[in-house]
Amino acid sequence: MTAPVRDLTLKSHRFRTEREADWRELERLLRRAEGGILRKLNEDEIVNLTVLYRSALSSLSVARATSLDQGLTDYLESLCARAYFFVYGTRTTFLQRIGRFFSHDWPAAAQNLWRESLVAGGLMVLGAVVSWLLVASDADWFYAFLPGIFADGRDPSASTASLKSTIYATKADRKFLSILATGIFINNAGVSISAFALGFAFCVPTALLMLFNGLVLGSFLELFFSRGLGLGFVGWLSIHGVTELLAVGLAGAAGFRVGLAMAFPGKQTRVAAAGAAGREGAILIAGTVVMLFIAGLLEGIARQLITLDWARYVIAGTTAVFWAVYLYFPRKPRSEEARHG
Amino acid sequence: MADAGGRIRELITPEGVDLRLRLGEAAERLGALVLDLLIMFAIMLAMSIGSCSVIAATGVSKNNSGTFQAVAVIWLLVFFLVRNAYFVLFELGPRAATPGKRAMGLRVAARNGGRLTSDMVLARNFMRELELFVPLSFIFAGGQGVDGWLKLLGLIWCAIFVFFPLFNRDRLRVGDLVAGTWVVKAPKTTLLPDLASEGEVRLADFVFTQAQLDAYGVYELQVLEDVLRRRDRKTLQSVADRIRAKIGWTRGASEMDGDFLSAYYAALRRRLEGRLLFGKRKKDKFDNS
Repeated sequence: MTAPVRDLTLKSHRFRTEREADWRELERLLRRAEGGILRKLNEDEIVNLTVLYRSALSSLSVARATSLDQGLTDYLESLCARAYFFVYGTRTTFLQRIGRFFSHDWPAAAQNLWRESLVAGGLMVLGAVVSWLLVASDADWFYAFLPGIFADGRDPSASTASLKSTIYATKADRKFLSILATGIFINNAGVSISAFALGFAFCVPTALLMLFNGLVLGSFLELFFSRGLGLGFVGWLSIHGVTELLAVGLAGAAGFRVGLAMAFPGKQTRVAAAGAAGREGAILIAGTVVMLFIAGLLEGIARQLITLDWARYVIAGTTAVFWAVYLYFPRKPRSEEARHG
Repeated sequence: MADAGGRIRELITPEGVDLRLRLGEAAERLGALVLDLLIMFAIMLAMSIGSCSVIAATGVSKNNSGTFQAVAVIWLLVFFLVRNAYFVLFELGPRAATPGKRAMGLRVAARNGGRLTSDMVLARNFMRELELFVPLSFIFAGGQGVDGWLKLLGLIWCAIFVFFPLFNRDRLRVGDLVAGTWVVKAPKTTLLPDLASEGEVRLADFVFTQAQLDAYGVYELQVLEDVLRRRDRKTLQSVADRIRAKIGWTRGASEMDGDFLSAYYAALRRRLEGRLLFGKRKKDKFDNS
């Protein structure tokens, strides 16, 4: 070892001392960038950050090839990864994301899943028809589909007068409307999210959920029509039911999409197919939560305050037209670039 | 450099550099989840105490059922938001991590290496309903009113989802699978001091021969780096003794273990890095090519 004194420093050590200031600066900018809304970076700083990111990446390559300082490569790896997530991450604001969701993503998902939606709706109709026929032939079937607690006094043993009173609320029922509305909404949103999540098991649980929903509906319809209260009942149901049933159907469609992708992935791998279906379904589910919130307001408040049949039908019709136009009116497709985020 | 349990994944940036992401371990994920649940519980507890005190202060009578209703509605909506939006809102943020994940040094990332989009975050968290809340309510309700076989089926069903992450290489839970995401380590490491700078000072007192420096390879160098950074006296001593024996170094009278190791580290690194520049990477002590 007769090396001259000035050459004593390792090359990798000199490399490190020369670049260290840049890495520290990148670290500082990242800390601010990750800090949230309050400490936003300005244009210059963002440009600076991307430049520093690229130089850190090249440092990482050099360090891997020439330096055996493990502490250094670990540091650079994590620094570069953090910067990568920022540089190539989403930089749209939360409000922009919400805006895009309502203006594009949600209707597009609903339109894309029209087949699944039809199947979900078809299963509900099937359930309703079957239970109608069964209950019409023998009223005992009603109890098979609806355990006592669920029917809440609206069963074949009730008198026509008491059935009538359930669909035209009296003043005593108007207490705690808002709590009722909130409770209904939370319950339904949970059901809708489950319909999506359960689709993972190859559609079976979701299909059962749709069928069951139809069975309940059909039993009630038969009961009220057989007492001559059909018109009033449909008004009572559809003031919120148009929105709610549509939401349930869409939730079922999202579940089916995931289940079908799991069962028949086509040319993609099963994981990739499930991923694409899951992301599309999730958008739709977020939409159904919004719909169910509106349905909860209609059910808990509007339905109890409005007891005129025609007014209920007007509201139901308006919601039907609104959802049809909003969700299914054809729009210009977005470019691939703008879709992300 | 060691691939901890096969958890390192390639992520090539558009600039062509592999970032070698490390996936979060199951234990870290569980820790993060428990932390998040505790935070959620704390929020709901504070909310409930607040609500109760408001109601107690105003009292419930026929005249002010409005306050009671407002409090109840707010409580219910906050409950809904905490349960469904807590994970989504935090994971949509710039850190792509909930407070629990941040504490464990984790973040959510897209498996394809691209952007983490909002539909991914939504999908992975809607699935939580099935993986977390259904089993939780199953445990608390104990499957009441359900007979034995169905209970068992329910238990198996829940177990499949709960333990799903343990049965795949990427530690994906069902939500990750469906959303196309995974959870990676994003710890904030600090730049540790370069050990070579200290070692070079010591090198003035130590002179190693070429043969002594050829005894070890990169693997041993990095183990030595680890030992030096920990500064545990006993380990330093035993490692120093083993190296002295291996390279046939006679210990000087006033020679400290730490100084010897530090100097040997610097000399070994210089030797190995020098060979690296000529395209020769000596993997470990058995690599004699």
